Amino acid sequence: MGKIFETPLYPYERSPDQDAGVPVRHPVVVIGAGPIGLGAAIDLAQQDIPVVVLDDNDKVSFGSRAICFAKRPLEILDRLGCGQPMVDKGEVWNTGKVFFDERQVYAFDLLAEEGHKRPAFINLQQYYFEEYMIHRLRELQAQGKPVELRGGNKVSAIGQHDDHVTLEIDTPEGPYNIEADWLIACDGANSPTRKMLGLDFVGRVFEDNFLIADVIMEADFPTERWFWFDPPFNRGQSALLHKQPDNVWRIDFQIGWDIERDEELKPENIDKRLRAMLGEDIRYELEWSSIYTFQCRRMEEFRKGRVLFAGDAAHQVSPFGARGANSGLQDTDNLAWKLKLVIEGKAPEALLDTYSAERVYGADENILNSTRSTDFITPKSEISRIFRNAVLDLAEEYEFARPLVNSGRLSVPCIYDGSALNGPDAPDLPRRTRTGAPAVDAPLADGWLIDRLGDRFQLLAINCEAPDVVEEGGIAIETLHLSATPEIVERYLGDAESAVYLLRPDQHVAARWTAFDEGAIRAALKTATAQGDA
Amino acid sequence: MPGLNTAPNIANADDFYAALLALHEGHSKEESDAINARLILILANHIGDGEILKQALEAARKDMP
Ligand SMILES: Cc1cc2nc3c(=O)[nH]c(=O)nc-3n(C[C@H](O)[C@H](O)[C@H](O)COP(=O)(O)OP(=O)(O)OC[C@H]3O[C@@H](n4cnc5c(N)ncnc54)[C@H](O)[C@@H]3O)c2cc1C
Repeated sequence: MGKIFETPLYPYERSPDQDAGVPVRHPVVVIGAGPIGLGAAIDLAQQDIPVVVLDDNDKVSFGSRAICFAKRPLEILDRLGCGQPMVDKGEVWNTGKVFFDERQVYAFDLLAEEGHKRPAFINLQQYYFEEYMIHRLRELQAQGKPVELRGGNKVSAIGQHDDHVTLEIDTPEGPYNIEADWLIACDGANSPTRKMLGLDFVGRVFEDNFLIADVIMEADFPTERWFWFDPPFNRGQSALLHKQPDNVWRIDFQIGWDIERDEELKPENIDKRLRAMLGEDIRYELEWSSIYTFQCRRMEEFRKGRVLFAGDAAHQVSPFGARGANSGLQDTDNLAWKLKLVIEGKAPEALLDTYSAERVYGADENILNSTRSTDFITPKSEISRIFRNAVLDLAEEYEFARPLVNSGRLSVPCIYDGSALNGPDAPDLPRRTRTGAPAVDAPLADGWLIDRLGDRFQLLAINCEAPDVVEEGGIAIETLHLSATPEIVERYLGDAESAVYLLRPDQHVAARWTAFDEGAIRAALKTATAQGDA
Repeated sequence: MPGLNTAPNIANADDFYAALLALHEGHSKEESDAINARLILILANHIGDGEILKQALEAARKDMP
């Protein structure tokens, strides 16, 4: 039918590794070419770290799965060189509406603040998202960057050693072995790597099912997120309608725990649900449908020796809040620069333990939020349903009840409060850019602040002198002087006279001060690369 | 220390108690449950202070686990 997700984009090809006498050693191997594995590979390759990606498949995500992508991941994707096509293709949206029974009880605006390059959210099918990442990977290859994508390569066994990992790989032409100094497992929620290493994946399964249908239809609903609690067309349950590009509409029906899966998935039964919801005379084509049980689980640690876990392999959340792919991209954003410094011998391996610590913290935040949303959407007991309905009843008339309505707390960037990599904070400076937070974008005279940041340590100097470069232990810190425009004052300076920020290669604030102090900057760089004397 | 006020604070306690019962009169158990839930949310919002709410939740728990 020529859908992008039915087209092989990286078909199996024989690799010279398969004919080598002894297993070939690679600096980094990534398992999985989903959004997170591709993100890891692009990040490393564009910084000249050789990387091989293995995937048992050769296509992008079958059907859409993820649709909502948040501002912070879009900024990360800009750093990876593939944010623009996603934003160009995506549907920007700002408004959400909540319905209870037959009434609209409340509408919210994401209140996107002015002065940012990227919007709060776009909707884009996961298959486009992955396709654009593959384009970017091909572009890097064309530039001679060291990255390989091997389709039809299924990892079947993993051996762990002190200083490397061995992999056994099945292909259509039989098995072969390779070795990796470092392995990044991005092999999804059912992670075979996790299972092969015998690692736990602990958490909760919610006793409920959701029927997801992506339909192509000409409809004049606005580009808004519509969420129903207990609507006439799906009594006692919830439903969601959200627009994607190409006139594809995401529709979710909560359908309860005791269901006949195969029955529910029959097109004639999906058709009944769609007509009850959207009207008897709708014309549509069903692009993709599936039934999910949602779970919130994570690994205890995301590092096991030479193996690093990222994305759904490391943590799984229910989709309310759009925190899956959005948080997975924050994993590899956190990991890539650390792995690069360790590979180059500029930081100790202990830096990789902080990958686990920081992203476990991020995963817990996501799990907490999506567990709370799921508890609101699927009340666990009679009394929780009574309170849920009371909140919805009150929300229509009383403003106070609206913040209690929880149809998904949408993904926001993680702030690494309390991380071992954090240097000093200056409490007089604005709270939103505190130590641990990702840089907040702002317009500059000739572009956007966010486009000037990343891939190296940097100093932001506002209203003060600082040398162009400070070097410490082979790591260069480059200075960016910023003029005190209203946005810079509001986001970085506050009431202070001057400010100096040390930023990590992932654009997070490592430390900040109200004046330049070279000794303090050197000490903070050591702390930020796990070389502190703690 | 400002905390949960557990001293008598309702000027006319008998009137309030009667009004509370009147609110529920003629309603089914299900309707009354809904009324109670709304009332708790309205009062909690009026109090607002997280520390006092926490103490109120604890006081309501009594000696149950
Ligand atoms: C209905 C639904 C809606 C969602 N909505 C959103 C949303 O709006 N926003 C959001 O951010 N997230 C959303 N998500 C979550 C999002 O889809 C996932 O978080 C994301 O796909 C995770 O990416 P990943 O790369 O970690 O894993 P995956 O996408 O699962 O990729 C894993 C890859 O590993 C490969 N693989 C597995 N085993 C092997 C092996 N042995 N050898 C080689 N390769 C292997 C697989 O072929 C696959 O390509 C949603 C999910 C669902 C189900």
